[in-house]
Amino acid sequence: MTATYRLDSTSAAPAPQNAPPANDSPATARRAGRRATGRARRAETRAGIAMAAPAILLLLGFLIVPVLLGFALAFTNARLISPEPTRFVGWDNFVRAFTIDPSFFHSLINTFAFAAVVVPVQAGFGLFLALLVNQKIRGVTAFRVIFFIPVVTSIVVVSILWKFMYQGNGLVNSFINSVTFGAWQGTAWLNNPNTALGAIIVLSIWQAVGFHMLIWLSGLQTIPQELYEAARMDGAGTWQQFKNVTWPCLRSTRVFVLITITIAALGLFVQIDVMTQGGPVDSTTTLVYHAVRVGYSQQQIGYGSALSLIFFVIVLIIALVQRFLTRDKD
Amino acid sequence: MRQSLSIIAAAGLLASVSLTGCAKASHDGSASGGGPVQITMWTHSAGNPGELAVYKKIITDFNASQSKYQVVQQNFPQGSYNDAITSAAAAHKLPCLMDMDGPIMPNWAWAGYLQPLNLPSSLIDGLLPTAVGRYKGEVYSAGYWDAAMAIFARKSVLTEAGVRVPTVDQPWTLDEFNAVNAKLKAAGYDTPLDLGAADKGEWWSYAYSPMLASAGGDEIDRTAMKSADGKLNGPDAVRFFTWFQQAFKKGWTNNNGPVGNQNFIDNKVALSYTGVWNAQDALQKVGSDLLVLPPVDFGHGAKIGGASWQWGISTACGTQQSEGARAYLQYSFQDKYLTDFADSQVVIPSTSTAAAASKYFGPNGSLHQFAELSQKFALARPATPGYPVISTTFEKAAKDIMNGADVKSTLDTAVQAIDSDISSNNNYGS
Repeated sequence: MTATYRLDSTSAAPAPQNAPPANDSPATARRAGRRATGRARRAETRAGIAMAAPAILLLLGFLIVPVLLGFALAFTNARLISPEPTRFVGWDNFVRAFTIDPSFFHSLINTFAFAAVVVPVQAGFGLFLALLVNQKIRGVTAFRVIFFIPVVTSIVVVSILWKFMYQGNGLVNSFINSVTFGAWQGTAWLNNPNTALGAIIVLSIWQAVGFHMLIWLSGLQTIPQELYEAARMDGAGTWQQFKNVTWPCLRSTRVFVLITITIAALGLFVQIDVMTQGGPVDSTTTLVYHAVRVGYSQQQIGYGSALSLIFFVIVLIIALVQRFLTRDKD
Repeated sequence: MRQSLSIIAAAGLLASVSLTGCAKASHDGSASGGGPVQITMWTHSAGNPGELAVYKKIITDFNASQSKYQVVQQNFPQGSYNDAITSAAAAHKLPCLMDMDGPIMPNWAWAGYLQPLNLPSSLIDGLLPTAVGRYKGEVYSAGYWDAAMAIFARKSVLTEAGVRVPTVDQPWTLDEFNAVNAKLKAAGYDTPLDLGAADKGEWWSYAYSPMLASAGGDEIDRTAMKSADGKLNGPDAVRFFTWFQQAFKKGWTNNNGPVGNQNFIDNKVALSYTGVWNAQDALQKVGSDLLVLPPVDFGHGAKIGGASWQWGISTACGTQQSEGARAYLQYSFQDKYLTDFADSQVVIPSTSTAAAASKYFGPNGSLHQFAELSQKFALARPATPGYPVISTTFEKAAKDIMNGADVKSTLDTAVQAIDSDISSNNNYGS
């Protein structure tokens, strides 16, 4: 899971300058009152800054500064290890990415293919599960817990387990074999260029869907029961209730789920790193994995930074488009 | 608002600058009060109690043997060790003594992390050739041991299948090896051979580039170290990688894992291409039925990977401390310590006298054939600063080929990646 950070600066107006010395009059009393509130506000501002400072410093040191450094490095030939000085090379890295790096092209395609499947399927499946566990029946909490267990399991552990399950003689194929009475033989899912990405999509959805189920569930529970009662009075069936009450009321939840899944899906890395290392034959390499590989294991930090910058711009554009499409139209 | 934000921004920058530590730590600290000079030492051995115990013993003995220097040890887990070194170098905080995986040494020497070792030649000449790291004619690193690989098999299984047991003088030829795999598959082994293909990382270059060299190819043209063209994508390399791909296609081997030697222990595979580090366990489980066979001769003589972890002295070391570091290294290369390492880690001692004293690698030791394999067949990986890129590129190409990619075009792409990296680094100063 990737998290996103928003730096919201609390707007603190600069405190007014000291008022000129005043004589006794109702006006001065008012002014003194204003001064007092001004002082209070100043103290509040100071306290606010003091409280926000640790987080802001950490974000600056570990997020903002590295990001800016990364942008700067993208235009150089910087190496992780090199006795030679770093040179400014302009757009060379970007040209290299779009012309002579076949893996970059594959990474781009795979990243988008992954997101294009995961975003609608995981969001839809999450909503479906949320509707299921939103019933008032006994034992529903147990189901919520079961669906949520994969989310709190480390993705590395999940990936290793699924890697074993996907083997030619693994659990998945044994299951297929027994269900179809041997009519359909599975393949070694992760070693086949045609099935590897699909296999990773399935495991990723399974792992993360519980989290979005919870988000949907919290959205469902904010919908007032009176609306459903009124709908039932008007003779609405289950489907009509969902269409005319549930769906419109979930608007803000929908936007949140859509954007978080998109960002998480585009940042696919751990599953690839653990399970396939981009293979077989580049069929599962992703932008983040490729950037880490060239930037870190091949020591080409400049080029890796350029790939990260491309990735950043792509995510930014997609997020802005989504914001635009889901904006409040009133 | 703008004012307070800019203050915060400035403070943040200041903090991050002090976090990254632009102040260069002085490493020439002769200790205060005229005590012994402190010599910092980093190992990659965290989590390996056997190895650490020997280091602790050497350091304690050395510190007690004289009063001029004091070695101070810090341990890192192997997985993040190289990252720690790289970060420390960027922050000018390298330790004096550091160990390193053999093939990474030229990269670090070229980057200016290491100074020439300058140990007496009598000491260096007595070590296994693959336990000494040379770059541009200078010795930069030396190790207490080397590892070796072999093919593990069961005598009973080979006898039953009517297979000739190969010897060091007469390893299996490729044709023989193909016939052996076919026979063993027919004998009921689902996959007769475990090549360790489930593993990842440096293992690929370590395990399979010697096979490529044995077939007449290589990861790079070693004469000039400027291009891989004709070596990694020449006809010999294409022949080898076609065989490699076929071995998976025909079901002789697979990459299911588990990593290690468990499949052989469980008799799920008949042949296991693995290292000396798994030998002790195999001996216990398989007993006298265990055969340790030489690697396959792909046409240009059998080869196995050489060069394991070695020690070097960093450039961050002051003159006085460098002398101390040298004194320590010289002291540490005593046979008794090398034997201790060998017997606790099951690795091959780098001097013949230490090997003679070892319970595993002595003339009557149960694993002495590994020492023989290492002396006869060991081939170091290319000693060039470009090695990290060569290794990762080799791994990717070999994995793609294993998964059915077109052999020739995959190798051509790999050559292009390696060559463009070398030229973009001005041939790594060669």
